[in-house]
Amino acid sequence: MATVRLEGVWKAFGTNMVIRGVDLAVEHGEFVVFVGPSGCGKSTLLRLIAGLEEVTRGTVRIGERDVTELPPYERGIAMVFQSYALYPHMTVYDNMAFGLRLAKADRAAVDARVREAARILRIEELLDRKPRQLSGGQRQRVAIGRAITRDPEVFLFDEPLSNLDAALRVQMRIEIARLHRQLGATMVYVTHDQVEAMTLADRIAVLDAGIVRQFAAPLHLYHHPADRFVATFIGSPRMNLLSCRVVGEGESGLRVEIAEGAVLATTTRVEGSAEIVEIGLRPEHLSCGGGGDAELAGEVVAVERLGGESFVHLVLPQGESVVAKAPGGIEARPGSGMRIGIPAGAAYLFDRDGRCLPRPAFE
Amino acid sequence: MGPWGWLALASLLLAGLLAVSGRLPWRWRRRLGRLGFWLLLLLLFLYTVFPFYWAVVSSLRTGSALFSTELWPRDPAWDNYLSIFREQPFARNTLNSVLVAVSTVAVSLALSVAAAYALGRVSFRGRMPLLFTILAVSMFPQIAVLSGMFELVRAFGLYNRLGSLTLSYLVFTLPFSVWVLTSFMRELPKELEEAAIVDGARPLVLVLRIFLPLMAPAMVTTGLLAFIAAWNEFLFALTFTLSTEQRTVPVAIALISGASAYELPWGNIMAASVVVTLPLILLVLIFQRRIVAGLTAGAVKG
Repeated sequence: MATVRLEGVWKAFGTNMVIRGVDLAVEHGEFVVFVGPSGCGKSTLLRLIAGLEEVTRGTVRIGERDVTELPPYERGIAMVFQSYALYPHMTVYDNMAFGLRLAKADRAAVDARVREAARILRIEELLDRKPRQLSGGQRQRVAIGRAITRDPEVFLFDEPLSNLDAALRVQMRIEIARLHRQLGATMVYVTHDQVEAMTLADRIAVLDAGIVRQFAAPLHLYHHPADRFVATFIGSPRMNLLSCRVVGEGESGLRVEIAEGAVLATTTRVEGSAEIVEIGLRPEHLSCGGGGDAELAGEVVAVERLGGESFVHLVLPQGESVVAKAPGGIEARPGSGMRIGIPAGAAYLFDRDGRCLPRPAFE
Repeated sequence: MGPWGWLALASLLLAGLLAVSGRLPWRWRRRLGRLGFWLLLLLLFLYTVFPFYWAVVSSLRTGSALFSTELWPRDPAWDNYLSIFREQPFARNTLNSVLVAVSTVAVSLALSVAAAYALGRVSFRGRMPLLFTILAVSMFPQIAVLSGMFELVRAFGLYNRLGSLTLSYLVFTLPFSVWVLTSFMRELPKELEEAAIVDGARPLVLVLRIFLPLMAPAMVTTGLLAFIAAWNEFLFALTFTLSTEQRTVPVAIALISGASAYELPWGNIMAASVVVTLPLILLVLIFQRRIVAGLTAGAVKG
């Protein structure tokens, strides 16, 4: 049973604190994704689990064992690197067998494990090739195969798909999801691509400046972000943030004024006192042309047409900008005016400290 | 006017033509340019190859024919080649050179791979100063270290033994090899090393099974350059060996004596020079592609 537990983990490089007190528990068989902007410490956190970096303070447990002081190969982990890191002078077979041979496994066992991994990843016909004869996607499969042959308790992936082109990335994403179902192993995966995070993860840990901002299921993050950071990080295009003020309380929740005369009766209630300063609206919840429970008027500055959908960029009279998702064929021209409709349940309300108020999910 | 004169004249003429070629049609200018390029190449080729060619020609001449300036020997003879092996312990000297050069290459590669791993991969205090000290050592002229090296050789009891040469040659082969291999080692991706560590490789396995095979091109280059340096070295070899049996080829050649004190045996010297140069040329030709690969390694991602 392979769980991963990080208890009060700190990591400093010199005087630079990269990880600042992370507590995290990954359950057995779970697929956990670390996501965050570059420099947030997500890769470092993964390398601390792998043992490629030593923790400055805190404990790392894998299963029941305290592995804080153990070298990588005694931790029962396997890692897949961004650059694949295949040994260029060895064949695919030797690449996959290297770890087992170092562990002095007998020939037949090595052979069986390598062929089994090759079968799972459908790379049996590549076993005699050298890495340079493989395409990017094939190299990635071999790198994953090398991890599988080690039969680890925990798989660690460090941005494994970021070197692949877009089409291949989608394909490998599905492949990795299939692999997780098939092997049922615990997997920890680092990425900066929130689509990868949302589609692969059982739970996502959103990191920022060395702290876990929120650790929850993908849709929970989407509907119930803990704070501004998570709210704007999850979702694409990112959430619009507009300043607002509370003007009263209605039957369903707080009434907030977003712009002159635009008052929205939200579904958010507040217990005690909270100073609401900002409202978050996701582009996909806004309707171009008006409608909804409140309306904003703005001027179109740009229209991004993606075919099936368009993103309309507007600027409001008070100078704030808003992005709204619209159907592909929307009639909008830069310079023209447009009204934006806001449904009541779409609002995310933030207090002065950036915390997001609890709210019912909005479909 | 000799052939050199003609060549010089032709070059001058061509240079003049090129100077006024602004008026020529483009097609002619290009032809002229190409002709000039080949002429220049020919000049360079003759300049570099002629001395060696002259050594070969002289080695095939005996007696007064040695004073001839003809470009081709009239009746080439192998007498000189036979006599260096008969009258001198030249075979023994060649063997000495091979032993010294091979051991120098082996020791300096083994040491510099280990040093390159430490300097290129392990971060420790004073790494850069150490690296630059190593480079600085190679700047000293040989004569500056000669007396100190002599004391060392005496202290180790290696005087008049081949070991003294291997030891002293490391002084100039090591800095170069360490420097080249260190920069090569730095180019190898860090993730490769980490993948091997996760796979359970300890430092020795890492160096032997992962880094060594990848550094082969750089090692061939540095090894060959170390070999050439050891093979051609004269000053240390002259100082640290005494008896004819312990001499290496460069010293042996310099000390080849004629039948009498009044004869300078040019023919023999040239024959010996040709004999010791040929293996080097062969080595370079064999490893030619590897050398270029090693020298340009890291310039472009492989």
